[in-house]
Amino acid sequence: MKVSLQNVTKKFPSRNKKQPEDVVAVNDFTFEIPDGVLLGLLGPSGCGKSTTLNLLSGLQMPTSGRIFFGDDDVTNLPAENRGVGLVFQNYALYPHLTVKQNITFPLENRKGKDKLTKQQMADMALEAAKLVQIENLMDRKPKELSGGQQQRVAIARALVKMPRILLLDEPLSNLDARLRLQTREEIRRIQRKTGITTVFVTHDQEEAMSISDLIVVMKDGVIQQTGKPQDVYDSPENLFVAKFLGTPPINVFDGEVKGETLYIGSEAVLPVPGVADQAVTAAVRPEGFVLSETGALGCDLSRVEVMGRDISVVSTHPNSRNVTIRAIISAENAVPPEAKTVRFDLKPGKVFLFDRQTEERIAFG
Amino acid sequence: MEKKNWKGWLYLLPAIAFLGVFLVYPLLDVLTYSFEEGYNFASQTYFGTGLYNYRYVLRDPYFLQALKNTLLLVAITVPVSTILALVISMGLSSIRGLRELYQTVYFLPYVTNTLAVGLVFMILFKKTPYSDGLVNLLLSWFGAGPVDFIDGPYWAKMFVLCFYTVWVVLPFKILILTGALASVDQTYYNAAKVDGTSRWRTFTKITLPMISPTVFYLVITGFIGAFKAYSDVVALFGTNLNAAGMNTIVGYIYDMLYGDSGGYPSYASAAAMLLFAIVLTITCINLLVSRKHVHY
Repeated sequence: MKVSLQNVTKKFPSRNKKQPEDVVAVNDFTFEIPDGVLLGLLGPSGCGKSTTLNLLSGLQMPTSGRIFFGDDDVTNLPAENRGVGLVFQNYALYPHLTVKQNITFPLENRKGKDKLTKQQMADMALEAAKLVQIENLMDRKPKELSGGQQQRVAIARALVKMPRILLLDEPLSNLDARLRLQTREEIRRIQRKTGITTVFVTHDQEEAMSISDLIVVMKDGVIQQTGKPQDVYDSPENLFVAKFLGTPPINVFDGEVKGETLYIGSEAVLPVPGVADQAVTAAVRPEGFVLSETGALGCDLSRVEVMGRDISVVSTHPNSRNVTIRAIISAENAVPPEAKTVRFDLKPGKVFLFDRQTEERIAFG
Repeated sequence: MEKKNWKGWLYLLPAIAFLGVFLVYPLLDVLTYSFEEGYNFASQTYFGTGLYNYRYVLRDPYFLQALKNTLLLVAITVPVSTILALVISMGLSSIRGLRELYQTVYFLPYVTNTLAVGLVFMILFKKTPYSDGLVNLLLSWFGAGPVDFIDGPYWAKMFVLCFYTVWVVLPFKILILTGALASVDQTYYNAAKVDGTSRWRTFTKITLPMISPTVFYLVITGFIGAFKAYSDVVALFGTNLNAAGMNTIVGYIYDMLYGDSGGYPSYASAAAMLLFAIVLTITCINLLVSRKHVHY
């Protein structure tokens, strides 16, 4: 099911009497989610991503704008008639019901001609349970399950009614690191198998990058950038997106362009053809550094962290906006431990220039 | 390990001593009195031992009347007050504006002086030389004749008693239930809503199971409280309850000890033991039922 949002805005009345203007949680959100896609809604906390999800589910109604599922305008349709499956952050499994009863609960709500027999419901519940591999836990109560198992039950409950779209609110945040990796693969697998258009909300960029077909990066209720994870990573449209995506985070410098060359401090570090002379913000991905004794950029070495496959060179520079600069370099390159300074060359594709004031990307090359 | 045990008992000692002296010992004492015929407080003597006291009490029409009254009161007021409290607290939790005002209004009876309440009920129900009471005034609008609620037919008096009891116990139940309802996580309701659950089904399948421990607590304490009814009855019908035919078991026990027919501690003890047995049985049944239906 294709889902489109057109100029969707959600305002909440302010509770603070000193600031009577409304709080805008989602601001003029226009986006189309193609059929069968796994979309990651990504942003720092408070950016309006959960509100967007609630608007899609119908638990909250937009202040203005329209929402379409396929060609149906569902803007004013209440949650109970939208046919969405929603997995809550804390799973919201009914504690007094068994796993089986939890999964059949949405089916038992059907009335009239949609009413199902006991046998049909049991079959559908079993099918959903098999999909998430919990068919042997059907008679347990939620509190007798681990976090990961509860998560699966919640997904099965959302899937059993064949939802038009599936919504997941921070699905992995309550799991430990190991289980998180496993469960995100699982979500990907289930989504592929069912082909249901899925939207999931997360503040963890790694999570979003790893399993999404498309990501939407949000900040303060406004879409910053949309696209395939790799494209967004390789070509961020503004400084916020560049800083938000990637671990370790991008290294930001105060720089200056003079004669189509980027200067950091007094050193000319990179030719930037086509850029007018101006003060810029330069951002370099950790993998954008190349160790070289004749390198263009000199930094004061703090320490070297060995991580097996790679080494992480931690250094400082007076023009860096980050406290430390972190460069990820293949372990074959050795850095002499007694060295005081370290010199890098920069890879052009891993360096981004942004306008000092607007923080918008300046293209070069 | 042993030393720790010893210390534990030491810490418990004040409570145990207090309860032992003022609760367990009197309880056992009452049990022995109930088997001693014609026990006399002053001379500390009795004629013999046996089941005579129980036989007497169970054949005493006043006791049977008191038993009937009490059982009727329990059977009517406990379910009525619990369901009514549930309805009102559901209403309270679903409204936004004026909610605090309503909460205060519903809680007022709890903090009102008993005598003031008695006065209000007098105005409502009591026949005086000047008026028949407000309720009769209301009834007369619908063409129903005046009913003497305080000295009239049995059902009228029972109605007043039940009405009064429900009214008195309601605030506490509403307070507890509103708290229980507020503590149910909103995401359960959101989950139910997304799944298209009807309001009634949400109530019976989610709300009720979630607050079932609280409901169960209210039912048990309600049963016990209603079985111990006495002061309310006195407030409504005066001290000569046997004559009014409105005595309760506790009233009967009191009368046997101190009333006009007083001075029969043996009979009083037997009646007290019977009450104890009834309350114990009902509570046990409650516990058994709850094990099946209460979800923690």
